[in-house]
Amino acid sequence: MSEAVVLNLVLWLPVVGALLIPLLPRERDAPVYTLAFAVMLVQLLLVIWLFVRFESGVSGLQFATQIPWIAAWGVAYHIGLDGLNLLLVLLTALLGPLVVAGAVRTITHSVKLFYAMLLVLQFAMLGTFLAQNLFLFYLFWEAMLIPMFLIIGIWGGERRIYATVKFVLYTAFGSIFMLVAVIYLGLAAHAAQGAPSFAFSDLYALELALPVQTLLLLAFTLAFLIKIPSIPLHTWLPDAHVEAPSPGSVMLAGVLLKMGAYGFLKLGLPMLPEAAKLFTPVLMSLAVASIIYGALLAWVQDDIKKIVAYSSISHMGYVMLGLLSYELLGIQGAIMQMVSHGLISAGLFFMVGMLYERTHHRELAVFGGLAKWMPVYALFFMLLALASVGLPTTSGFTGEFLVLLGAFYGAWPAFVQGESHYALILASLAVLGVILGALYMLRLVRRLLFGPAQAPGGQPADLSRRERMILATLVLAIFTLGIYPKPFLHKTEQAALDYQRLLLEPTPAQEGL
Amino acid sequence: MDGVYLSIVLAPLVGALVAGLWGRQIGRRGAQSVTILGVGIAFGLSVWVFWAHVFGGAPVYNETVYTWLVSDGIRFEIGFLVDNLTALMMLVVTFVSLMVHIYTIGYMRDDPGYQRFFSYISLFTFAMLMLVMANNFLQLFFGWEAVGLVSYLLIGFWHQRPSAVHANLKAFIVNRVGDFGFILGIAALVLYTGTLDYAATFAQVEGLREAQVPLWAGYETSLLTLACILLFIGAMGKSAQVPLHVWLPDSMEGPTPISALIHAATMVTAGIFMVARLSPLFEASPTTLSVILIIGALSAFFMGLLGLVQHDIKRVVAFSTLSQLGYMTVALGASAYAAGLFHLMTHAFFKALLFLAAGSVIIAMHHEQDMRRMGGLWRVMPITYVTALIGALALIGFPGMSGFFSKDAIIEAVALSTLPGAGFAYVLILAGVFVTALYTFRMIFMVFHQPPGTRSTSSADDHHAQLASHDHTHDHHHAQPELRTPDAERVLRAPSHTPHESPPVVTIPLILLAIPSVLAGLVVGPLLFGDFFDGVLTVDPARDVLAQLGESYSGIGGFILHGLMMPPVWLALSGVALAWLLYLHRPHWPGVIAARLRWVQAVLLRQYGFDAFNAKVLAGGSVALGRLLWRVGDRTVIDGWLVNGSARSIGALAQRIRRLQSGYLYHYAFAMILGLLIFGLMLW
Repeated sequence: MSEAVVLNLVLWLPVVGALLIPLLPRERDAPVYTLAFAVMLVQLLLVIWLFVRFESGVSGLQFATQIPWIAAWGVAYHIGLDGLNLLLVLLTALLGPLVVAGAVRTITHSVKLFYAMLLVLQFAMLGTFLAQNLFLFYLFWEAMLIPMFLIIGIWGGERRIYATVKFVLYTAFGSIFMLVAVIYLGLAAHAAQGAPSFAFSDLYALELALPVQTLLLLAFTLAFLIKIPSIPLHTWLPDAHVEAPSPGSVMLAGVLLKMGAYGFLKLGLPMLPEAAKLFTPVLMSLAVASIIYGALLAWVQDDIKKIVAYSSISHMGYVMLGLLSYELLGIQGAIMQMVSHGLISAGLFFMVGMLYERTHHRELAVFGGLAKWMPVYALFFMLLALASVGLPTTSGFTGEFLVLLGAFYGAWPAFVQGESHYALILASLAVLGVILGALYMLRLVRRLLFGPAQAPGGQPADLSRRERMILATLVLAIFTLGIYPKPFLHKTEQAALDYQRLLLEPTPAQEGL
Repeated sequence: MDGVYLSIVLAPLVGALVAGLWGRQIGRRGAQSVTILGVGIAFGLSVWVFWAHVFGGAPVYNETVYTWLVSDGIRFEIGFLVDNLTALMMLVVTFVSLMVHIYTIGYMRDDPGYQRFFSYISLFTFAMLMLVMANNFLQLFFGWEAVGLVSYLLIGFWHQRPSAVHANLKAFIVNRVGDFGFILGIAALVLYTGTLDYAATFAQVEGLREAQVPLWAGYETSLLTLACILLFIGAMGKSAQVPLHVWLPDSMEGPTPISALIHAATMVTAGIFMVARLSPLFEASPTTLSVILIIGALSAFFMGLLGLVQHDIKRVVAFSTLSQLGYMTVALGASAYAAGLFHLMTHAFFKALLFLAAGSVIIAMHHEQDMRRMGGLWRVMPITYVTALIGALALIGFPGMSGFFSKDAIIEAVALSTLPGAGFAYVLILAGVFVTALYTFRMIFMVFHQPPGTRSTSSADDHHAQLASHDHTHDHHHAQPELRTPDAERVLRAPSHTPHESPPVVTIPLILLAIPSVLAGLVVGPLLFGDFFDGVLTVDPARDVLAQLGESYSGIGGFILHGLMMPPVWLALSGVALAWLLYLHRPHWPGVIAARLRWVQAVLLRQYGFDAFNAKVLAGGSVALGRLLWRVGDRTVIDGWLVNGSARSIGALAQRIRRLQSGYLYHYAFAMILGLLIFGLMLW
């Protein structure tokens, strides 16, 4: 019981923080970010406590709260932790205080509004992960857009208006189709059960005809592929990242990009299993194409932020590949890869931001040999780059390795029986990402850190203590997940198994056929 | 024993972390002490482990240290397998590493990255030990990647030099290409066996062999062969076999101690070790063995030839390493795993010796690496000279030296092998013996014996230097003074300084390495023909060429006498003689020959065009593809047509539609009638 209260506290704390900010004195910034940091830190500690209390090997929700809200529509305030969202909530909570700490020097105007937006964003993201009612999920999903839109639009770079409009149009375009699908699912649940419901558990039990499933899946897929982002719906991401202030980039890459994959995990695939199976080859092809396309484009970019942005497209391709393998290894790998990418890309965007604050440049060509001037910066950048490349003992390896093994496991039966080579070829192509990932990341490292030292405006100062603490926290998390992933994946295993069962077990409708 | 094995691995790691993270606080002396202490502990315990296993009859140790993850019934573990093979590798790795640590005190004395260097080489020792002690594929891959990472860091140690950061990127990428095969190979095995454990995998080798996989329409192959070839691609990357050898010559951009430790004695032999460790798998796939034979033989001969045209002393030794790795690979292909491992061991000693001797010469010459500017050094550096000579004699297989036994065993084993490709391999490695002797003594004569100033580096030779794509190590000292290493700066301030013998921290490791370079061959009996590798290596009795050799083995004396009557020794001696003729007796002849055979020289200097092909076709092609996708895919099609285009078309459409609302009643009435008509037609 008390855990459920704590979980509610975790969700609503940022809102309380955001409401308190206007009451603070106008003239000084320090109380504002101190408050925001305190809120985020308390939230993180509570989440860690919940993580420890979370029982492994148990199916279903833990620490759930369910309160009827709009009973006539079957909408309830229903939140809870399960193995699928546990690590993502932990990731979000971990990034919270780090983003506040990282924004202190970056955000210099409209400080109060910024931290209020950051807290609202945190609330919406956690809400999306925790929601167990489709309607609630959709509300949080859309609510995320507003603070992100403002963060890029107000504190962004020169072309911020183009980037925000593109970002909003892209996501709104996907959301409209998603809304139609959400409404249809609610009506279908009402028709099937005689009572209105948007509860995920009721929706999983729906037996929809294949054509209906297909249409719904297409609607969801559009929304989710845009968020991931997968090619060919990805071009909002590089623009949004380039224009966003670095705390915005961190949140965008660290958490927001996980929403699309989480959407597939939570609703797209298990709610519409037959249609999902039908479209798996297409989605898988898109995943592998994203891995390779993202990597090739990251290789030819000259803006450091764009390199990291395109690398995100490549890395999120692995998440999709893992989910679509329908293998335990692949699903576990996908969850791990989401968390891992969250940590690594957050770290890299922090580091690009730190460099930008010192030099006001982001083009690769103007830098070189920073290892000489900024050895601590170089050390952290190197560690993050190696994690991004997927070297063993980092979380990047854990995620990629499990995803690839899962993809091979999923592809193998059809291959051995001589039915289809397709999935196996895709899985093998995905391994190419291992080479390409090293190419673009080490190119970046080489240009930025090695060679004759140069930077606009002379030698930049090395990292401050605040910056070191931020990066050390991330690096510590990355190595923990790489050296000893068992305690973390152990807690998600049961949920992954249940999820796999939802996908693979024939529904009663099929059995009847 | 658990504690002992764990200490062997962790002692160097602790040293590396302390020196790396708190290098500034503990200072130079602190860093060197803590890392040497760590590696010293590892070496001492390794000696004890070796003793316990080989002479004390300790049982094979195969235990899990901790469980990394359990998922879908597969246990991902970190664990140690210690048997005679592991014990031997641990001994070699920790011994060479200890020597290199000590030598580094002298070689890196004036480098500002002193602590960082010690941290890296200790970290390397940790990673290499993890690799050889692994009892499963996960940990093998951990170690595999970790040694590759440290190699990357050390090749680029002088990261201000563009050539060094080019070389380390290249090394990493080429190794990743090997890893591509390696990962696929591991996946292929796990898919069938459901385990990452060596022993459990070996138990299913029959099933793996019988499992057929359809490669493409109508063509099937054994799953085992597929997996073994993929794993061998990984070995080709790490052990620098053609065509994945291109990174190793460039890796000489790193400081000399790591060329000795990583790029000669230990890391590059990881592929050889891996194949031997997995001999139960490889032995069951004769197709793979034939592939290994041919790749190894090509590397052994053609890489040796390249050593003939190099002027940089380190690059000569580097090409020699490529060639010798080829010999080890050939041995694996001929099922003479023990001979391959034996050569791995002797090579580790004499090649580390040769590299460190070359480093000693380089210090004496104030970081000059061009052999044409050397000569007559035997008088001023007697210890370096004698030890280098011992290394050279061992390398060419002079009777009685360690290399003689190991190389002879390989050649004889290949002669007996009946696998397809064995005849081809035999011819190449026999010819390779002559080439080895020629380039080795060319180096010895040029460095130590030729009168100083015999050879001008200008005129015709400069033309060659331009042809050689990366013959620029010393060029940087002149062309880009701001990139000089501190050593070079110190040296250039005193150009009149004459060469002299190196300090004891340099010469003592040379002497300590020279001893096993001479004597290590004496264990040939137990290692190849005895029971040392019983229960470790699996060899099909029908192909057991070493057992056939062993039938006629009658002790060290007999082996040497037998060797004297075989062609390799005489080929080696004639190589030495030719080197003497060309480089001491008639020093102008090489120039004449080069002028006559200009195209041959051009081919060799361009290293058969591998680098050019990779740079232009593979790298260039991928970059061009990336640019094309960026310009056409992202910018033009998606953003240009779909995103901004749809915004424009919607705008345009809205303009049109707006015109419909003209306000004239007869327009609306007309539209209504038209609509009614269409509606009526549809009903009808």
